[in-house]
Amino acid sequence: MNHDDRGLLPDGVATPADLSAQLERLGYLPDTGLATACFLALRLHRPLFLEGDAGVGKTSIAHTLAELLDAALVRLQCYEGIDASQALYDWDFPRQLLHLRAAEAGGVTDPEQLEAELFDRRFLLARPLLQAIETSPSVLLIDEVDRADDEFEAFLLEVLSDFSVSIPELGTVKAATPPVVVVTSNRTREVHDALKRRCYYHWVDHPDFAREVAIVRSRVPAAAQRLVEQVTTTVQGLRERDLHKPPGVAETLDWTEALVALGATELEPDTATATLGSLLKYREDQERAYGDVTALVREAAGGRG
Amino acid sequence: MPADVLDTAVGFARTLRASGVAASTDRVQRFVESLDALDPRRREDVYWAGRVTFCASPDDLARYDRAFAAYFDREPLPRPPRQAATPPPVSTVASAAPGADDGGDDDVDAVAEASRAEVLRHQDLGRLDAAGRAEVARLVALLDMPAEHRRTRRREPARRGRVDQAATVRQLLRHGGEPVVLRYHRQRRRPRRVVILADVSGSMSSYSESLVRFAHAAARRRAARVEVFTIGTRLTRVTRELTRRDPNEALAATGAAVPDWSGGTRLGERLKEFLDVWGQRGMARGAVVVILSDGWERDDPALLGQQMARLGRLAHKVVWANPRKARPGYAPLAGGMAAALPHVDDFVEGHSLAALERLARVVAGIQRTHQRRR
Repeated sequence: MNHDDRGLLPDGVATPADLSAQLERLGYLPDTGLATACFLALRLHRPLFLEGDAGVGKTSIAHTLAELLDAALVRLQCYEGIDASQALYDWDFPRQLLHLRAAEAGGVTDPEQLEAELFDRRFLLARPLLQAIETSPSVLLIDEVDRADDEFEAFLLEVLSDFSVSIPELGTVKAATPPVVVVTSNRTREVHDALKRRCYYHWVDHPDFAREVAIVRSRVPAAAQRLVEQVTTTVQGLRERDLHKPPGVAETLDWTEALVALGATELEPDTATATLGSLLKYREDQERAYGDVTALVREAAGGRG
Repeated sequence: MPADVLDTAVGFARTLRASGVAASTDRVQRFVESLDALDPRRREDVYWAGRVTFCASPDDLARYDRAFAAYFDREPLPRPPRQAATPPPVSTVASAAPGADDGGDDDVDAVAEASRAEVLRHQDLGRLDAAGRAEVARLVALLDMPAEHRRTRRREPARRGRVDQAATVRQLLRHGGEPVVLRYHRQRRRPRRVVILADVSGSMSSYSESLVRFAHAAARRRAARVEVFTIGTRLTRVTRELTRRDPNEALAATGAAVPDWSGGTRLGERLKEFLDVWGQRGMARGAVVVILSDGWERDDPALLGQQMARLGRLAHKVVWANPRKARPGYAPLAGGMAAALPHVDDFVEGHSLAALERLARVVAGIQRTHQRRR
């Protein structure tokens, strides 16, 4: 594969439309913008920065890309207070200590040799970033980067810029092929521009009706076409309402699955309200939507019935 | 790379900057690279290549679309809306030496000076004359504003606490396995985020300047992350405006950014907007939220009550400072305040400098008032 010309693009992909078709075959239906962003990220080897409401498919694009490239997916979930020893690498101290005691008991006296043994690769615990650098090809998913502190962002920036890690005791580990990086953010805080500047930025929106129907159809094949259309109409109607947490695609899928599990082939007000918990996760939202859902379901059923 | 693509990219970047998108040189370069990887003759490819390289937040998207239409479809770029609103009541404060503007007081001795300051501390901020306002502005800027701390997951070396296995073993190894000293660490503590929501509506007009100055004094402390919003007919984030060091400059910048100074207010609706757009996503989580308002709600107080309940569940602590609380005979019975009160942890005054000092201590968790729950 010619790296300069094609980057990490899989064979047979020359345009964003080709990539879109390949992703669709794996069950992910991207819109033009996301397909173009992914295309550029693979072709020019830059991280992809995805922002959007929860449940719009930011994380699953990373899974799909990994599947498409036949690469390992390494996931780094960010949280407040995450630091290098949890993201990059750490030494396995208890095992080192055991080894030390064992060596003492065995009568090893040469301290230099002992130290070399202690800082061996087998005592190194690779955390996600190091794993991604050591595995190739791989897709590195840095999930919810907005949850980490800003010091961590600076550290991330350093790793993402050259994909090499220097471990004082061992030497430098460099990625043979840098991983494909997908960074996601729910926008609980503004991520620093220095990080964004390095990436292709894409705001992931809720899909339109036709796309959402297609997504549900491909993910829940057991659901009847009629049910899927009614569910999607209702969910899209609910997104227009004033809710604390508008349902994402993930919730649409959950709801459809719940309805299919109950043997529904068509959306009815009773089953719809009974399964509302898989769609709306706030009590206030459920209360507010109660009347709306019945009306929307009737509308959805009537409109196409 | 054909020269015309480069020219187009540079021209487009200029249009982008004019409409408020930060199209830096490295982004232009990446735009050109991206076009090279795509088909620069296709409108769609150019649109998306530009969007993923130039935009950095959802706020940029609409600006980008306007600039794209302006540059590639020759549509006129709408002029950025000028500030039509009335300027805020910035009193021109001589921030220099105290008492610089009351020339007659040169012979005032230290005792009189101190007692004057003491009187000033307790005077109602809404009834000060210009000299008093200037003095209070100076004193507010000096307010000490410590922050409440929360424990984080990270650890830091300490004299006492849990044994730091890693550091101890490292130490041990350095001495060839001889036990030397135990190293300790403890959880690091960081200041809690403070979110200030300042009401700048008409009913608060005599206090809003001092309250924004208070917010500025809080925001300038590097110890805690402080986010400041103004509430009026609109919700405006003024955190960035308040990062300026000089209090007068910061106040002027805030005034320019807030289009609805001394307008009406719908507290419930604005609070909801804050929670929807910022609070729920994380800004209010675990934070100390300070609301500076008289609780004057023109709409149904039920919405305010609901939103306060929501805020109460997200925030670590909700402090409400109401300048009218100090008025004789005041009871929080009026619609909005009564609805909000059950969800407020600390209900304080805020009408005078002394009250603001107290507010600062309450925010820091040093002083508590009796209030509800938890």
